[in-house]
Amino acid sequence: MSVTDTETISARTPTPRPSRLFRNKSAKIASIPMVFTALVVFIGCTIWTIYHSFTRSRLLPAPEKWVGLENYERLWSENRWLISIENLAIYGACSLVLSLCIGFVLAALLDRKIRFENTIRTIILYPFALSFVVTGLAWQWILNPSLGLQNVVRNWGWESFTFDPLNNPEIVIFGILIAGIWQGSGFVMVLLLAGMRGIDEDIWKASRVEGIPAWKTYIFIVIPMMRPVFITALVIISAGIIKVYDLVVAQTSGGPGIASEVPAKYVIEKMFQAQNLGLGFAASTMMLLSVLVVLIPWAYLEFGGKKNG
Amino acid sequence: MADISAAVGGAQASADTLSGPRGPRPKRAFSSTNIIIYGTLLVVCLYYILPLYVMIVTSLKGMPEVRMGNIFAPPVEVTFEPWVKAWSEACTGINCEGLSRGFSNSVWILVPSVIISIAIASVNGYALANWRFKGSEVFFTILIFGAFIPYQVMIYPIVILLRESGDGITNVLRFFYEDAPRVRLMGSLSGLVIVHTIFGMPILTLLFRNYFTSVPEELFKAARVDGAGFWGIYLKIMLPMSLPIFVVAMILQVTGIWNDFLFGVIYTKPETYPMTVQLNNIVNSVQGIKEYNVNMAATLLTGLVPLVIYFASGKLFVRGIAAGAVKG
Amino acid sequence: MSYSVEIKNLDLSFGAVKVLRNLNLNIHEGEFLVLLGSSGCGKSTLLNCIAGLLEVTDGQIHIKGKNVTWAEPSERGIGMVFQSYALYPQMSVKGNLSFGLKNAKFPKAEIEERVARAAGILQIEPLLDRKPAALSGGQRQRVAIGRALVRDVDVFLFDEPLSNLDAKLRADLRVELKRLHQQLENTMIYVTHDQVEAMTLADRIAIMKGGLIMQLGSPDEIYNRPQNIYVADFIGSPSMNFLEGTLKNGSFAVDDMVMSLNGYEWVDGPAADTEAVIGIRPEHIITGELVASAPRQYEVTVDLVEPMGSDTLVYGKLGKHSLRIRMDGQASVQVGERLPIGVDPSRASLFDKNSEARL
Repeated sequence: MSVTDTETISARTPTPRPSRLFRNKSAKIASIPMVFTALVVFIGCTIWTIYHSFTRSRLLPAPEKWVGLENYERLWSENRWLISIENLAIYGACSLVLSLCIGFVLAALLDRKIRFENTIRTIILYPFALSFVVTGLAWQWILNPSLGLQNVVRNWGWESFTFDPLNNPEIVIFGILIAGIWQGSGFVMVLLLAGMRGIDEDIWKASRVEGIPAWKTYIFIVIPMMRPVFITALVIISAGIIKVYDLVVAQTSGGPGIASEVPAKYVIEKMFQAQNLGLGFAASTMMLLSVLVVLIPWAYLEFGGKKNG
Repeated sequence: MADISAAVGGAQASADTLSGPRGPRPKRAFSSTNIIIYGTLLVVCLYYILPLYVMIVTSLKGMPEVRMGNIFAPPVEVTFEPWVKAWSEACTGINCEGLSRGFSNSVWILVPSVIISIAIASVNGYALANWRFKGSEVFFTILIFGAFIPYQVMIYPIVILLRESGDGITNVLRFFYEDAPRVRLMGSLSGLVIVHTIFGMPILTLLFRNYFTSVPEELFKAARVDGAGFWGIYLKIMLPMSLPIFVVAMILQVTGIWNDFLFGVIYTKPETYPMTVQLNNIVNSVQGIKEYNVNMAATLLTGLVPLVIYFASGKLFVRGIAAGAVKG
Repeated sequence: MSYSVEIKNLDLSFGAVKVLRNLNLNIHEGEFLVLLGSSGCGKSTLLNCIAGLLEVTDGQIHIKGKNVTWAEPSERGIGMVFQSYALYPQMSVKGNLSFGLKNAKFPKAEIEERVARAAGILQIEPLLDRKPAALSGGQRQRVAIGRALVRDVDVFLFDEPLSNLDAKLRADLRVELKRLHQQLENTMIYVTHDQVEAMTLADRIAIMKGGLIMQLGSPDEIYNRPQNIYVADFIGSPSMNFLEGTLKNGSFAVDDMVMSLNGYEWVDGPAADTEAVIGIRPEHIITGELVASAPRQYEVTVDLVEPMGSDTLVYGKLGKHSLRIRMDGQASVQVGERLPIGVDPSRASLFDKNSEARL
């Protein structure tokens, strides 16, 4: 507290008022970790990375060598990156559509006041508690061509049955998709089920009185009412998709060859194995850009309308 | 009295003349809708439960039996050898210590990370809910949006931050004590704990802020009138009444940190690798013949901690992920 | 004259929104003051400012002659009772009562003694070891009052303390509160939106609207001599009848009806000719046999009748104006009937139409 302040006010008040900076002092001290995380890590590190993506850094960052968009040009001419992007696009689109559809259907089924609801929900959600590494390894084993699922079906008598996604560059990403959906769709179901339960019971009574079949009520009334939940689910799934890394590492290690590479894995390898930092920074900046493409419209929809929120 | 009995008698008499539906409508246990619903759910449940089943049966078979090639068949001869091997003998490259060290590493990472991240985030959420100051909401918004930034963007600068601040702390210590040991944050467990604390902050702060905001404001006012300050209200009023949310946060953090792979790979050295990283190295190591039964036992061992927490906590787990997500 | 609480030129804004505007209020030693108003009028905000739970933008607050504008809530010598009771759920009743004293580092024996005394006054001794969850609404409210009581403070602040209780319990506790005030003789500031609570409890009522005090006065003054149309309309249920007309030579004319105002108590002597509004309470309209002796007599056509047990509310038409008339519960009135009524100018209120102030 400043001396001049206390002197001038002491005539008026027995309790000196602390200066602005020190008011609410404990709360400010308690918020230091948050402020540090927000400013130094989230903003500072992001800007640092973006900045260095325009420099020629190989082993250690060398900020003085400004090279403009060179890293980006190299990035987009590299086959490995293009495959990563293509994989991410396929995986992302399929995973988004499938997990939303499966999640919604499951949520609707569980919402029908069925028996064993808790047991079924527990079974559907448990993969979500597992590590991506565990998921990847489990499915790697199940999809093992000589001893896994394919072999079992062949032994049952269907000799020509072929389901070997992990060794076929054309469809390897779908092998990963199966595992990804297995792990993540339960979470989507829980989200949507929570949203569904939030809908006014009277809506269902009204539609029953008016004789609207259940499936129509879901499509024309429930889904539009659940728009905010869908958007939240969409944003969370998308953010998860862009981060996909451990699953691929565990299930295929990016193989066969580079057929199942994804951007997140590309970045880590450029930074910590290939020692090509500039390229890694450029690639991670591209990842950030793709997040922003999802995030900004969402933030605009969510917070743009209400100024006094 | 006479009137009433007459009325009752009349009702009985007319009962015979009532025809058509009467009383509760008979329920059909096997209506087509029900068959479709339960049938679908059964198939779905099989899909979700199958991998776990396959892992368990494979891990209980000997290698000859595994090679016979029916992953769905229950073991003819149950053996726990793969589990023992996975725990104490499995090799990553030339190192053959099994998963046990990864397990203890993970525990050493987990305990301080969970405690520190929850302690910091809960105080933070409390400050945001009850002691707002100018700018606090701005920082919070940055924090929440920051949760969506891919880790890959921040990973390298954090490596540098950890290295530099480790050296910085060393220099400060050596200024006071000449022979102070070198402090390493990068590549050490403490560095990983810091990273987990940082990246757990958005979701945990959100969780606690939302919870403390839902505590009636008058309770907070009453405590202030009673002369309690920032820490007094937190420790004596808020903490005792928010045990459930602490359990939720703990479930969230324990599973999250235990399952982490990326930070483990980047910020630790092979000696301090957490269990997930070690598991991946064991299973995907190219040396030697593949022992699928050992691999599956190792995979199950790694998945055991989150699975136990999941099945034990039940609704709280669901509440945690829903609270973190829906309110975001 | 010593005041218990003095509020001087108090301003409070949240951003651009001014919640309290240059507010002045002096509260006497031992007075029961009620802040009354509809939601959003600033009454709770004012109470929170007095308690120190909100920072004021400008102005001063003095309690017991001490400037406490910047003091912490616990240093102001106040106790506060909240609408939701705000009992600490994990502490026993005893813990709730002693929490403030422990924070103020009182010796153990003194805490025991004060808790015992407060529990005695409020008759909650058997509940001391229970948790709030095991108490009924009324018991919780009593504990909440006890929490203010143990602090042995000069000023009690009540923030709508009875609003969460059901109607019967509310009436009981209202009486208890009044008794408590008579017994303790402390200054009490009480916020409510319930005019019955305000009328029954208050020594003085401050009616607030938009961050301003519209009228400060005894319940009798507020009810009989409202200073403006807002207060006149706000107090009383069913609310006052208002008729617009013109004031001319000491008479009030509505359409073609002219009423002489002999007997009306003017604020500043008979007002000049102007557009005006006359307000007459439904219960001040004379009906039945007394009409003959009333100074002015009219006839209304009955529109609608609401029998309410203790009395009957009659809606009637006087010319093209609607009137609410409160009659005896036994009165039998039929729709369509012509009902003779009487008006006594000395019980009416007259307001300037433009400034809405009492004439």
